[in-house]
Amino acid sequence: MAQLTFREAIARGIAQEMRRDDSVIMLGEDVGAAGGVFKGTVGLLDEFGPVRVRDTPISEQAILGAAMGAAMTGLRPIAEIMFSDFFAVCWDIVVNEIAKSRYMTNGQMTFPLVIRSGNGGGLRFGAQHSQSVENWAMMIPGLKVVVPANATDVIGLMAASIRDDDPVIFLEAKSLYASKMDVPDGDIVDTLGSAKVLRSGADATIVSLGAMVPRALAAAEELGENGINCTVVDVRSLVPLDTSTILREVVATGRLFTVEENPRLCGWGGELSSIVSEEIFYDLDGPIVRITTPHIPLPAADALEDLAIPSVERIVTTIEKAMNS
Amino acid sequence: MTTATKPTTAIDLEHRLALYRSQVALRLFETRAYDLFLENLVKGTSHLSLGQEAIAAGVAAAMRETDWTFATYRGHAHTLARGVPMTPVLAELLGRANGLMAGKGGSMHLTSVEHGVMGSYAIIGAHLPIACGAAWSAQYRGTDQVAVCFFGDGTTNIGAFHEALNFAAIWKLPVVFICENNLWMEYTRTTEVTAVAHPAADRAGAYGLESILVDGNDADAVYDVAARAIARARAGEGPSLIEAETYRHGGHSRADPGKYRPDEEVAQWKAKDPVPRYRARLVELGVDEATLVAIESEVADEVEAATEAAKAGAIPGEDLLMKDVWANGGSSWRN
Repeated sequence: MAQLTFREAIARGIAQEMRRDDSVIMLGEDVGAAGGVFKGTVGLLDEFGPVRVRDTPISEQAILGAAMGAAMTGLRPIAEIMFSDFFAVCWDIVVNEIAKSRYMTNGQMTFPLVIRSGNGGGLRFGAQHSQSVENWAMMIPGLKVVVPANATDVIGLMAASIRDDDPVIFLEAKSLYASKMDVPDGDIVDTLGSAKVLRSGADATIVSLGAMVPRALAAAEELGENGINCTVVDVRSLVPLDTSTILREVVATGRLFTVEENPRLCGWGGELSSIVSEEIFYDLDGPIVRITTPHIPLPAADALEDLAIPSVERIVTTIEKAMNS
Repeated sequence: MTTATKPTTAIDLEHRLALYRSQVALRLFETRAYDLFLENLVKGTSHLSLGQEAIAAGVAAAMRETDWTFATYRGHAHTLARGVPMTPVLAELLGRANGLMAGKGGSMHLTSVEHGVMGSYAIIGAHLPIACGAAWSAQYRGTDQVAVCFFGDGTTNIGAFHEALNFAAIWKLPVVFICENNLWMEYTRTTEVTAVAHPAADRAGAYGLESILVDGNDADAVYDVAARAIARARAGEGPSLIEAETYRHGGHSRADPGKYRPDEEVAQWKAKDPVPRYRARLVELGVDEATLVAIESEVADEVEAATEAAKAGAIPGEDLLMKDVWANGGSSWRN
């Protein structure tokens, strides 16, 4: 057992897989010598050398195109897109090429690749470096979407993503990079498409993702002190989506609250609400309530950004109001 | 600027006859594909290589079986030139289950991994970085495979072209970029929307590459320049960028009659039609008429047989619809 930050867990997860499989290679801007702008790849260049850990120019299309070409010819590349906002300049490669090519070729090709990216707000970087784009990725057929919320999950889900034969968008919540936890020693390999129940309560189920998970947990603690006992589920991967765990936990309490960092429209909670409504509507004791960032570009000022992204306080007051009405 | 327009003498007659056969096959296949549009058997859109056959044939002849082709939506010729049989390609155009991708890709996405055809890409420029990735993979794994990437003149004005050229140059990747400059970017004359006269060759210097311009209607010249670039890539000397000047006989796509092009320009280029031109060269070299007629007749029979086999193909069923989104063969996104 060692205490590890979220950012250190990224390098540990990648190193674990690079040690066992020579076909795992890595590329991105400043991922080598600099160890990543968020320091998520520190030490990898030293251990694996510049042939397997390659710094690239600021060419997001080239980075992802290269990852795709390498994957279709038998390698398992890990590409970094520094900020998930930058997906907008290489989205063609993700959406039109990587996601569709297996289907279009009738299964002739596979794309075992991982695209890591720093995602979401909290660092006061303003509208072009703070977006939560999990909903962009979730809506594209052919992409898996993984969003860990703690260091142990980073390692296990990273390993699972690298070993997976399909393209995985691996979103790292920037506001969690400095968070710490005790992580077991040895190899950790997790499973994609498995949500985790982090806390059980009889009154309401809070379903959360990424940076919203610790906030949902903190809110549940506070709500518990006020007599509202909440279950908290960490979705962990949007595709594949573990609806069986989520639906079971919603049936158990009869109430669903989602906590989403993405802007309101077409957030993952909207899809989840639709599934719940279609499949377990009569098990609900009240309306589904989504707690999201409003449908606005994110502002830079700390005071404004804090108002935008769901806070522990907003989660608590929203749930209290809904449960007491 | 290197200009390779003189027919090489390095190709022996056997290979020249194969090059002729290949060009005739591409010509007759594309002609048949056009006829089938008119019969409304080919749905959707399609982009023919009529007039541009010498490039596909000449480059493919210079490649090894283990090399990779990356083509565009105008990719029938590049796919066939690598040895993919006509029937599955035509059946794909017809949307049949015996198509190359069982009808799931269509004309613009022809792919045959077993023949090294690593996809036809319909978003301008996207496949240049992808070809870099395959080349990177060859470099990393220490194989001597080469990625060959075809694209049109219009592609030289999109960002991915420039990202890929820089990337290939700095990593010294075994990739050969081949710009088929047919002078028209869809419905607009390329020179009207491009800062330089030769859209690829004039940009090569920006990436530290030799500027190579070749007569794209001369299969021997194309073969020669491609063979040199491929050998260079295979030897670890890095990428090349070749501009092959050519002309499409028809419009951009099947919906386009190409009326925007002056009649005299079309006539001038049809006089340089690569297929009869190559035939005349073979006659000059002493090949007898009967040999050439036999090749033409065998290819015509092949097209007939492929047409019948494609038309006889089954209509793809629902079993294919939900298949192969994921590597496990399925499409499920939840449990």
